[in-house]
Amino acid sequence: MRASRLPADWPLALVAAVLTMFGVAMVYSAGQTDVPTFVVGLWRTQLMWVVVGVLFGYGVSRLSVRLIDAVTIPVYVLSLVVLAVLLVIGQGAGTAASTKSWLAIGGVRLGQPSELAKIAVVVMLARVLSATRAAPSSLRHLVPSALVVGVPWLLIMAQPDLGTGIVFIGIYFAMLFWAGVSWPLLLMAASPALSLVLAFSTGIWGGWFLLLLAVIAWVRPSRWDGVGLVVANLAMGVLAPLLWGRLDPYQQRRILVFLDPSADPRASGYHVIQSQVAIGSGGFFGKGFTLGSQKRLAFLPEQETDFIFPVVAEELGFLGVLVALGLFTFLLHRTVRVAARATSPFASLVAFGLTAAWFTHIVVNIGMTVGLLPVTGIPLPFFSYGGSFMLMSWLSVGLLVLISSEGRGRADGLVI
Amino acid sequence: MNFHPNEVQRRARIATTIARVILLVLVLAFFRTQLVQHDRYALAAEDNRLRQIPLPAARAIIYDRHGEIIAENVPGYSISVLARSERAIRALMERIAGLVPITPEQVGSAIRRYRTDPSRPTVLFTDAPPALVAMLEERRVEFPELIIQSAPKRFYPDGPVVSALVGYTGEVNDRELTDTNFVGYKPGQLIGKDGIERQYEGQLRGREGTRFMEVDARGRIVRPVARTDQEPESPEPLRTNIDLDLQRFVASIFGDSLIGGVVVMEPQSGAVLALHSAPTFDPNRFTGGIPKSYWDGLQADPRRPLYNKAIKGTYPPGSIWKLATAIIAMEEGLVDIDDRMPVACRGGYQFGTRFFGCWDPKGHGNPTLAQAIEHSCDTYFYQLGLKIGLQRLIAGGLALGSRTRTGIDLPAESRPLFPTDPAKAYYDKRFGPQGWTNAVTLNLSIGQGENSQTVVSMARFYTALATDGMAARPEVVQRTPERERLFTLAPRQMQALQGALTSVVGSGTAAASRLQGITVAGKTGTAQNAQSQDQYHAWFVGYAPAEAPRLVVAVMLEFGGHGSRAARIATRIMEHYLKGTVVAMPEMAGE
Repeated sequence: MRASRLPADWPLALVAAVLTMFGVAMVYSAGQTDVPTFVVGLWRTQLMWVVVGVLFGYGVSRLSVRLIDAVTIPVYVLSLVVLAVLLVIGQGAGTAASTKSWLAIGGVRLGQPSELAKIAVVVMLARVLSATRAAPSSLRHLVPSALVVGVPWLLIMAQPDLGTGIVFIGIYFAMLFWAGVSWPLLLMAASPALSLVLAFSTGIWGGWFLLLLAVIAWVRPSRWDGVGLVVANLAMGVLAPLLWGRLDPYQQRRILVFLDPSADPRASGYHVIQSQVAIGSGGFFGKGFTLGSQKRLAFLPEQETDFIFPVVAEELGFLGVLVALGLFTFLLHRTVRVAARATSPFASLVAFGLTAAWFTHIVVNIGMTVGLLPVTGIPLPFFSYGGSFMLMSWLSVGLLVLISSEGRGRADGLVI
Repeated sequence: MNFHPNEVQRRARIATTIARVILLVLVLAFFRTQLVQHDRYALAAEDNRLRQIPLPAARAIIYDRHGEIIAENVPGYSISVLARSERAIRALMERIAGLVPITPEQVGSAIRRYRTDPSRPTVLFTDAPPALVAMLEERRVEFPELIIQSAPKRFYPDGPVVSALVGYTGEVNDRELTDTNFVGYKPGQLIGKDGIERQYEGQLRGREGTRFMEVDARGRIVRPVARTDQEPESPEPLRTNIDLDLQRFVASIFGDSLIGGVVVMEPQSGAVLALHSAPTFDPNRFTGGIPKSYWDGLQADPRRPLYNKAIKGTYPPGSIWKLATAIIAMEEGLVDIDDRMPVACRGGYQFGTRFFGCWDPKGHGNPTLAQAIEHSCDTYFYQLGLKIGLQRLIAGGLALGSRTRTGIDLPAESRPLFPTDPAKAYYDKRFGPQGWTNAVTLNLSIGQGENSQTVVSMARFYTALATDGMAARPEVVQRTPERERLFTLAPRQMQALQGALTSVVGSGTAAASRLQGITVAGKTGTAQNAQSQDQYHAWFVGYAPAEAPRLVVAVMLEFGGHGSRAARIATRIMEHYLKGTVVAMPEMAGE
């Protein structure tokens, strides 16, 4: 077996390494403020986590896909247990002090299990979706996979951690797509959630509901599926205002501030406005590495974690943004390639799931900093400071390199 | 899953396309923010990080005529903060209150300043005591947001002596901030509140400097920015006509017990040599916010120290106004200096059913006009007034400026009270058509009745008597002298009138105030007033030396008794000034 292995996917590992070094440099810069804070030394800690992450990632890349397949169920169950336990003993940290996303033993914070749960969910989903030869073709066929995502999703939303919850949804729908689920079914599966969002305007929701009825009439799902869909959408459309009242005030505020950032300039909107000021004042060439005034003078909040990309934009300008987004594009290009060349449906789905996880992080995080999306407190892969997240990213790299090494060679002429 | 390679390849193409489109949207968003809207955000970033810290300017120094300092500036400290909210100010003041006691008023005025202009550093203490400054400087680490800077502080070396003249300074208030006469003032700045400080605010006020400071998100100053700092500028000193030595002497005569006002002027130029109002207050106590106890004390004092008795207070002039009656009659050709009245003075004058007493119940016999002035015979002037007639008496009084402000360059001068022309209309309106008789003429002719003058207005009237009928506008600060003709008399008549005034001090009502070697001319007044029937206001207005007048002195003692008391003070002022300066006057040396 070993002899048949192709050389490791070095371009993928290289672009991940470049992004990581870029990220550590930005964490270093994030600590360079005029009035020094604890952030000043974080780049060293981050570097340590990079070493740990790369070692684990390398280790994973030396395993085999069959072994991964074999440990999937124990890993998934273990992560569910940890997430459940976390709701009892979890701790908050920093700006999310009231949540329960941190696992701590004896006062020492070990990490955020929800990061590793992402990988567990990806491999478990891959296993469930690859178990059948045909792609799920009705809503009832989606139930097993929905449960795989739904249970940990509920546990995470209970922490509460809206950002990670969004990533789970991104992973789920991306993997359904990759598994070959048809567009109408995807739409129908997503329809209750869409109903929930659109319910804030009765008119828009009404239009959406008519569209859904048309899709149902065209696709002609089984009777129970159709009835279930209509009931679920009606429920969401009607229940939404009630659910709105159940949201935490900070979540309500974030959604409102997304709709109008200037409504609350000193509170939640402050983040968005200051982030855009930092980005916009950077211009084409930026103010120079470590020299961003908005960051230096602490106008930019959370500059080492969720709002690290504005540091890139302020100090390295539009040019730096292009470089960073270019690197991300290349990374995603490589990982989709890995998914497309995988030799087993399981491996292919894992690769695409990990790609989707990164992609969701990148789009939601960067879109938030530039004001395209609401503030959801979601980190940027390879850049944001955070041990668990760095570990998760490099474990993903390891898995992808592993899948790539077991994938089909160049000979099949696949061009993406 | 459907794992046919073609199928997988199709999906990969779709996925890559979607990803590229979304990433392109992100790139466009950054293009818009960083390149299209760059200028806007660059400006916002500057606004974020740069704050203008005002540098207070010193007010102009005020000198007397010999270059002695009336008002100057001494080093002081102000403490301010770039606050983000009222709550932040309250919290900060609470922390400082742990070190020194802080009154609720101090917190209140800090909040008020913040509300008026939140973008400017909010002044917490306008004149911080050195102990507080030292304490806060030591704890710089605990209070990084405080801006402690030197702020020149007003100081009046002579304090209470000059209070009626210079007034005082204080923090600009809400009314002044919206007043179009005072444009460009910011909360926490100083403004002249009274006296010279108020009148010449435009010339005394310095131009505030600015320094740009870089601040962080919490308003803490990080460093000064090397960028177009503007140094504060303080204006040219203001030179006044005041003779500080004389001013001190006047204040020393009044001491603490007397109440009243004094104006000392040069008769030709109108230069005000001294101006005093007693009792005084200490303008230095107003600097940096007046202590409430001191303010309450001044307000509660029945002698009204804050009320300027030289220019604001109006008092019935009494006999000093008899000269106005005499001038009106002489101008009309009704009487000459040696003419007598039909009825001799036997202690009063019977007018209809009423008997109008003369101040001296023993009577003055049948005096000439000159003698009537010398002894202030009321009986003579009752008849003279009747001879003039009410209408002409009032028209003449108005022509002599009895209802006109002098135009002294000090704020809030009162207009003297006097009937208006035509007389009948005035009295009909005041008392009703049936409510008055011609008896008002008698009262008016001796300076009583509907007549109430300021000390400065009487001083101005006597500059005309001391010269040739031209009155000089009083000038605290040297301006273009302005003289106005009040009356025209033949030189012979003028000299006779002046001779009568000389006799007042030589052998008349103020004979006790005669000076050795200096001839003084003037007139006493002992004026009845509405508040108290048996307490009189004592007046003396005169000039010296009589042969070549160099100063006019007007003294009024509130409830001071007989006019001769005021005369004694006035002649001592003249003596001090003339003897003190005799050496310096070469043309006098030969006499």
